[in-house]
Amino acid sequence: MDLAFTPEEQKFAGQVRAFVKANLPADVRDKVKNGKHLIRDDYMRWQQALGKKGWLVYTWPKKYGGPGFTPAERYIFENICAEEYAPGIIPFGTKMVGPVIYTFGSEEQKAKYLPPIRESTVWWCQGYSEPGSGSDLASLRTRAEKQGDHYIVNGSKTWNTMGHWADWIFCLVRTDPRAKPQEGISFLLIDMKTPGITVKPIIMMDGGHEVNEVFFDNVEVPVANLVGRENEGWTCAKFLLANERLGIAAVPQSKRGVEALKEIARAEQDNGKPLIENRSFAEKIADLEIQVTALEFTELRVLSQMAQGGQPGPEVSGLKIRGSEIQQRITELTMEAVGEYSAPYLPGLLWQGSNEEPVGPEYAHLAAPRYFNTRKTTIYGGSNEIQKGIISKMVLGL
Amino acid sequence: MDLSLSDEQKQLQDAAERFVRDKYAFENRRKIAATDKGFLPENWAQMAELGWLGMSFREEDGGYGGGPIETMIVMEQFGKGLVLEPFLPTVVLGGGMIAAAGSAAQKEALLAPMIEGKKQFAFAWLERQSRYNLADVSLKAEKSGAGYTLSGHKGVVYNAASADDIIVLARTAGGAREEKGLTLFVVDGKAKGLTRRDYPTQDALRASELTFDKVSVGADAVLGKVDGAFPVVEDAVDRAIVALCAEATGCMDAINAATLEYIKTRKQFGVPIGKFQVLQHRMVDCFTNAQEARSMTLMATLKIDDKDPVVRRKAASGAKVQIGKSGKFCGQSAVQMHGGMGVTDELSVSHYFKRLTMIDLMFGNQQHHLTRYSNLAMAA
Repeated sequence: MDLAFTPEEQKFAGQVRAFVKANLPADVRDKVKNGKHLIRDDYMRWQQALGKKGWLVYTWPKKYGGPGFTPAERYIFENICAEEYAPGIIPFGTKMVGPVIYTFGSEEQKAKYLPPIRESTVWWCQGYSEPGSGSDLASLRTRAEKQGDHYIVNGSKTWNTMGHWADWIFCLVRTDPRAKPQEGISFLLIDMKTPGITVKPIIMMDGGHEVNEVFFDNVEVPVANLVGRENEGWTCAKFLLANERLGIAAVPQSKRGVEALKEIARAEQDNGKPLIENRSFAEKIADLEIQVTALEFTELRVLSQMAQGGQPGPEVSGLKIRGSEIQQRITELTMEAVGEYSAPYLPGLLWQGSNEEPVGPEYAHLAAPRYFNTRKTTIYGGSNEIQKGIISKMVLGL
Repeated sequence: MDLSLSDEQKQLQDAAERFVRDKYAFENRRKIAATDKGFLPENWAQMAELGWLGMSFREEDGGYGGGPIETMIVMEQFGKGLVLEPFLPTVVLGGGMIAAAGSAAQKEALLAPMIEGKKQFAFAWLERQSRYNLADVSLKAEKSGAGYTLSGHKGVVYNAASADDIIVLARTAGGAREEKGLTLFVVDGKAKGLTRRDYPTQDALRASELTFDKVSVGADAVLGKVDGAFPVVEDAVDRAIVALCAEATGCMDAINAATLEYIKTRKQFGVPIGKFQVLQHRMVDCFTNAQEARSMTLMATLKIDDKDPVVRRKAASGAKVQIGKSGKFCGQSAVQMHGGMGVTDELSVSHYFKRLTMIDLMFGNQQHHLTRYSNLAMAA
């Protein structure tokens, strides 16, 4: 056991930093640094640069075009990207459907779908939750009926993140309504341009649009787009959720968030002194930093197990629980630091990238919307109540 | 001892409940929030007609002889409906300070028309550096001729755009953060040299940044004693805090009721999600929190007229700590138990959550009042 990076790892870190500095577009970096909202093109330019280098799908095995990073290299890569204000890599292609396709897909599917994910020329989105099926995902009702060489898909999906920018959607659909809930589900890939698909925005409590409802009205999907076997989609779904829960801990982003919070606490005044000198507030930040450190070392332990050849098991649910709570705590303390200047609501500045002057300090208008928006982290990807249920059953045997 | 409402107070409660039911159905509120002013002048006129704008003032000041209990009763209902009319800045803060410190002429010119619904106020105290220290004021008022010239900046001034007069806390003497040397001025909302930047707030109210560029006022604009405003302001803010606490209890009742209804009807895994013990316990904690908030609000309402200023301050700070804690717990829990629906703009839950969040930040958050309370308690 050794915590220090080897000379090779240090050399790798230098390469990553040099690459990010040279290839992350300056305007995208500034947007991330200043908490501005990114558009599809911002993500795409950065992801395509990573794609050219072969690092976009940094979690994939070499066999499918991944760089074959060791766990330490993954950790270094993720942290340096966050430190340099790179946007988070959109997970739907790279961390969700890509691994499902190379694990369960046919050779034709691998050849067709994997290269555009590696190069980020196609934007994927997720069709899992439905209005009646949230935590109880297996109760989903979107129906796919086989007619000749097509499935006819009818139903609706919700909490579809960034689907308004997507080229393709991967969906869980019900192919056998008579089977037990988990046994009649299939995993389908659907081109978003197919006639019969409607995307309707859902406005979040911070006023933003990032998620949608997606409606399917007699949508024809070639049978060739089925991944794995019919009625065995639940296996893909479980595999994907385990992967999703790993990235969801967002440790590098939280480390960056704690640093940003400290900067704000240095800038904010409290009785004529920097807020960071207020004992009570400083201790709250310290407590948060300790939580982040505990999360980071838990994630390192998981990565280390995976280096020995294991897949992430139910224990990664714990990462999601704590990771999401920590993300919320960061936004809560940031809003506390900003104080009453959190109150002004400036949608133009927040959403349309207008040049309107901020009210108070530059960072103030982001504090409350972020706090509001981040309430989602303990809900999405399987709510924390569901995660705790999984751990109590699968890990503790209760 | 008797903690029950009188018949008149019950009637007031019924009337306020009716007002919220008639005027503040959730979709109606959305429309009101989107109007130019962000509230309805006709609602304001109705509040005047119902006597709500004058009920908490003494009869010799032109009021109807009620007090903090009447304020609590209407504020609680306003919280249930997320009412947008500027009762707090106009009546509780503006009216309260004029009643406490104003001359007979000022009461005549300002308080009487306010009670009739013909004048609104805003209270400008906060500055960029102030955080929650009411004495951290640098906007200067300098003597010039018979009057004063005001120069400086004020931030997050609720209702400034609709206010006929703005009550401004300014420094006339003393150094930074000194409690002595502060003076209140009543400044015409359209005064020359006063510029506003208006914006909506996270919780759909309206506020403004104000810049004072050599704004001239006469000697009669001084409200109360020159250099002696601090105790008036501290007392008025404590009263506003208690009123906010009442509003927050209304918000908590409403958000808890909505959540309870949701977990009884939303089905997952073949049963209403309220059948899961983890949600049952959380829901129970929400109710307990709301009860504690209600108790502390009542305590503070009953003590805010106490002769001993330490008793008053501890009451206000104690209640604000409880409201901050309970409001956060009920708000966050409601969103969580609503799942994805809880984070959307569509349901009222997120709007109550936002209001509860902003109430914690107003006039000192939980941490600030915990520190203030502990300082008061340890000194005693």
